[in-house]
Amino acid sequence: MSNPKLMQGNEAVAEGALAAGVLFYAGYPITPSTEIAEKMAERLPLVGGSFIQMEDEIGSMAAIIGASLTGLKALTATSGPGFSLMQENLGYAVATEVPCVVVNVQRGGPSTGLPTSPAQADVMQARWGTHGDHPIIAITPSTVQECYVLTVIAFNLAEEYRIPVILLMDEVIGHLREKVVLPDQLTIVNRKKPDVPPGEYLPYENDDSMIPAMANFGDGYRYHVTGLTHNQKGLSSGNPEVTKSFMQRLTQKLNPYLDRIQMVEEVQLEDADLILIAYGCSARSAMEALHIARGRGLKVGLFRPITIWPFPQKQLEKYVGRKFLVVEMNTGQLAGEIERIFGNKAVERLNRIDGELITPKEVLDKIGGVCNV
Amino acid sequence: MFNDIAQYFRTDTLPHIWCPGCGIGTITAAIVRAIKTLQLDQNKVIFVSGIGCSSRMPGYLDFNTIHTTHGRALPFATGIKAARPELDVFVIMGDGDSTAIGGNHLIHASRRNIDLTAIVINNSIYGMTGGQTSPLTPHDKRGTTSPFGNLERPFQVLELAKAAGATYGARATAFHNQLLTKLVIDAYNNPGFSLVEAISQCPVSYGRRNKFKTPADMLLWQKEHAYKAGQRIGHEDDFQIGEIFSSQAPEYTKEYDKLRQRLKEVSR
Repeated sequence: MSNPKLMQGNEAVAEGALAAGVLFYAGYPITPSTEIAEKMAERLPLVGGSFIQMEDEIGSMAAIIGASLTGLKALTATSGPGFSLMQENLGYAVATEVPCVVVNVQRGGPSTGLPTSPAQADVMQARWGTHGDHPIIAITPSTVQECYVLTVIAFNLAEEYRIPVILLMDEVIGHLREKVVLPDQLTIVNRKKPDVPPGEYLPYENDDSMIPAMANFGDGYRYHVTGLTHNQKGLSSGNPEVTKSFMQRLTQKLNPYLDRIQMVEEVQLEDADLILIAYGCSARSAMEALHIARGRGLKVGLFRPITIWPFPQKQLEKYVGRKFLVVEMNTGQLAGEIERIFGNKAVERLNRIDGELITPKEVLDKIGGVCNV
Repeated sequence: MFNDIAQYFRTDTLPHIWCPGCGIGTITAAIVRAIKTLQLDQNKVIFVSGIGCSSRMPGYLDFNTIHTTHGRALPFATGIKAARPELDVFVIMGDGDSTAIGGNHLIHASRRNIDLTAIVINNSIYGMTGGQTSPLTPHDKRGTTSPFGNLERPFQVLELAKAAGATYGARATAFHNQLLTKLVIDAYNNPGFSLVEAISQCPVSYGRRNKFKTPADMLLWQKEHAYKAGQRIGHEDDFQIGEIFSSQAPEYTKEYDKLRQRLKEVSR
């Protein structure tokens, strides 16, 4: 292992992106994500890559899709308002299956909200922000170390499954400085390239893998990319059979791979009567509360969905019959999902929406209240 | 008529969706003839478009083609060109696409002077959605959203691009399609952001509402109102064709490459 370093979360994202082989960044300044852009502006020209500051987040999202089509790994980073502006082109990347990573360092909202304060209120926007039925992957770091490692993994998932991956951070994690130990060895995944000559290449082939090979623009495979519903050649079609086949593959393409996509952290769950569910900055407070509660003899555990979308339902369903407390900085966006799985009676909520962190004491007080019932 | 350029088409995608009498087909052929004359490597040519009638063009062409979102062709093209400057990137947009929803991207692509060959096909109307007023619909003319005549004044799109920093601007029409081929060649050869306005006719959504009885009347209108530099304007609807402006300025991807080289020398 390399020497430990003191690093900021946003900085760790930039370092992770470079380690993953990112050679293109397009973005627009927005608090609390801007350090990522600043770092990439400084580093990319040194490694033969390109940084471009676009006129807005719509253009930023468009530019990274364009760059990715030429074969480069491409990144953008933003916060809530910019994430809203990216949604149409995010959906374009989903439909055209162009790998890329979008970092959303969440802040208080809606609208301009609290630019320098934390929130976790874009959980549902990450899942359903763009229109139409679609798959998405979103992952949530809760340490600076994870900002680094999960950025690499975000690119691996994007490349492997040809899908935009959202790194759903929050202001606390983005601006936190703590120790990181950069791993010496990383697994780096690159997109599958066609192994057939151009004449036989189907850019949207519907084979058993459900993930078509992707040729670079400019490498001799001349194909068409469109956000219209398209056939296996990539050409637009309104035919119901073509549409059905395309939509089925698109919406189900992650299903065979869920075990590899869904990452969770499970802490002291075996005997837990009460399972805390938390992610990002809230997971840190939940973890602290768990340790104190255990010290007091309370049987509390923590289930942390690192992959928040697709939600790791199978991993959580093992704990049916227990009580759950969902700790999150919104009005219960993930809690609704947990209630969908276990019903309302099994699920308690702890929410905060005033731009202040949920403290370990608040979690502990809530644990006390729930456990005494 | 078509065999000379058939190699550049995905002929299995034809016939195209454009209405009888539409000018986009003629303009498509004029652009493709420019590529043929330039003898560009088909594998290195990228066509990027937005959304609308004009933006359907790349789907019929046998290049690397991308039909993006409404108004966003230029930032997609910017990403492609910045990532791989050796590619020849052509951008096809309509008038609503490039000057309404995509207006901001147009001025910023001009400002960066990034080496893209952009073509705005101006048919004065939103054709795909059935004839609504666009920022290039002339004053007083009718669309479905200006049923009593357009109260607004149109952009002069080439003046806009010039003021924002574009280094080449030219105009032709579907009628003057041989001139259009020549201008697209010149635009490609300009090492910077180039904009060609190709005036087209939309007989179905624009002509019918604005006293043009046939597509041929619209082509005649193009012929009669176009003038070349140095000729006198006879009528307020007259417009200049040919090269409108040309200048030199640093090109974005070349400047970025210089930065990389400079940093390499510093770190050495």
